[in-house]
Amino acid sequence: MSILIDKTSKVLVQGITGRDGSFHTKKMLEYGTNVVAGVTPGKAGSNIEGVPVFNTVKKAVKQTGADTSIIFVPARFAIDAIYEAGDAGIKLIVAVSEGIPTLDMVKVIEFLNKKGTKLIGPNSPGIISPNKSKVGILPGQIFKEGSVGVISRSGTLTYEIVSHITNVGLGESTCLGIGGDPIIGLKFIDCLELFNNDEQTKGMALVGEIGGSDEEETAAYIKEHFNKPVVAFIAGLTAPPGKRMGHAGAIVSGGTGTATEKIEAFESVGVPVAREPEEVAKLLKEKL
Amino acid sequence: MKIHEYQAKEIFKKFGISVPDGKVATTPEEAERIARELGGSLVIKAQVHVGGRGKAGGVKLVDSPEEAKEAASKILGMHIKGLTVKKLLVTKSVDINDEAYIGFIVDRRTKKPLVMVSAAGGIDIEEVARETPSAIHKFAIDPFYGFLPHQAMELAFNLYDDIKLVKKAADVILKLYRVFISIDASLAEINPFVVTPKGETWAVDAKINIDDNALSRHPDIEAMRDVTDTEMKELDAKSKGLSYIKLDGNIGCVVNGAGLAMATMDLIKKYGGEPANFLDIGGSSNPEKVVNALGILISDKNVKSIFFNIFGGITRCDDVANGIIEALSKLEMNLPIVIRLTGTNEKEAKEILGHTEFITASSMADGARKSIEIAGT
Repeated sequence: MSILIDKTSKVLVQGITGRDGSFHTKKMLEYGTNVVAGVTPGKAGSNIEGVPVFNTVKKAVKQTGADTSIIFVPARFAIDAIYEAGDAGIKLIVAVSEGIPTLDMVKVIEFLNKKGTKLIGPNSPGIISPNKSKVGILPGQIFKEGSVGVISRSGTLTYEIVSHITNVGLGESTCLGIGGDPIIGLKFIDCLELFNNDEQTKGMALVGEIGGSDEEETAAYIKEHFNKPVVAFIAGLTAPPGKRMGHAGAIVSGGTGTATEKIEAFESVGVPVAREPEEVAKLLKEKL
Repeated sequence: MKIHEYQAKEIFKKFGISVPDGKVATTPEEAERIARELGGSLVIKAQVHVGGRGKAGGVKLVDSPEEAKEAASKILGMHIKGLTVKKLLVTKSVDINDEAYIGFIVDRRTKKPLVMVSAAGGIDIEEVARETPSAIHKFAIDPFYGFLPHQAMELAFNLYDDIKLVKKAADVILKLYRVFISIDASLAEINPFVVTPKGETWAVDAKINIDDNALSRHPDIEAMRDVTDTEMKELDAKSKGLSYIKLDGNIGCVVNGAGLAMATMDLIKKYGGEPANFLDIGGSSNPEKVVNALGILISDKNVKSIFFNIFGGITRCDDVANGIIEALSKLEMNLPIVIRLTGTNEKEAKEILGHTEFITASSMADGARKSIEIAGT
């Protein structure tokens, strides 16, 4: 098993004719992802890497049965692209786009909740279930099918941690980047609920960072509901307060959202927190 | 983006929220002139982008133009939490009978706009939130229906017994919501919301932060940006597609990805070094970005060594390697560079860098240790 995506996922790429969209369509196909359609208004009839392009998501879904969409369109068009995917009945949306206004996200998330559509992101590197499917921009070669579920708020830091998890021989069941923005679709807890029921997943790696209180809420959830071993890492111990550290969501404000608070929250519920990225794999290896 | 109190108050006025009369001064003489113009008791307030101005001595009550001048000369140039005071708000003082708190934020937990009010307003609101959270009344707003008058009334009943004041406060809460939504704020706050002995109400302080992702649709707000010299450098980096924050250490960091950039800083610190900056070159491999990144680091005279930590995914390691070589041919520099490149096209990158004098690192930890050793203490 795995969560959210597997070999049966039929993937649609919104913004497929753009620079990033076409490049990653190629990469996803090489990985073995079942990319069935692309959408760029006005480009119907053409194809990218053999994938047919449609004018609208509705048409693409009707013709190909796509159930999962990945969005590469620029920020100012991204919000409508998410609505369009939700409207067309897509079940899982992965938003790679970065820089979407927060209040727009607030609205579209409410809309998707009513539709029953799941959203990963925005500002997400995507999701991968190794050996099955990849919907995102994650480098496929560092992953290996295995037993560790990975949930992360960042991109390349995830790759750093995953490469060690692969190297110690554990491998991953599903790895997803939930996005670096303050308002996002699936959060740590939503993903943990899915991993809890996934037989392939024997342990979890959570990669958090400064800003907000998601990690604290997740620690409380783990204590009550999650029964597989969990190891965490938190980036930003040395981040100065009041400064946005790259990600829109990574900011220590009013003395809350600090790395120290998050580390304490995890450790207080028995979740060990690695002090450097390499340690995550070592701690998992001890537990599994 | 943060804006100053006086700017937030200008926005409040446009939306019909009453604020005491006031004007901005940048010299003691100007403060004196404004004080004469406004008359009566006044407050001189430092305009800097941090909280706790009052506790730091940046707010003074005065009773004459002469006193205003004296207070202004003390506050101007003052350092508050590392920021230099360059502007003052000279504003009319109001008599205080009661102080309440009204605020809006985008709540990450409920994923909705959240309104908060408390009868215990004033400078200790954060302590109130910590010690007696029940004294803060919250309501998550439906993003489609918006915030409705009866909901504002329900909240206002927590603030006052007098129905006249309840209605006045509800009106201000609704207006502040309109401010919040109209300008894509991430925070809009009145603290304190003051009731005078005569029953007048005033927004005595105003705080607004704007969502950076939405600034492109608010050019009027963008024009309010007031930056320090350090922030200037950060903005300049941003215009080149780099995310840069200056710190006080001596090890310059160039990393792809924000999370990895933070983790790199943390690791340097853990091993006893001091990072000079946060710098995320983002996902593309454009050699020009590497040139710009190195340019920024060189301009920081504290930097003694530079650590490249690149995890190639989308970013190709050979592109970064070429960028470094291109940068060095364009820039005059002799700082030692430690390079850790792994992932996509790692082998090609190593061949490119094989004949150079760069110090290579086998892992992130190895690179951190080597760059600390070279930088010395």
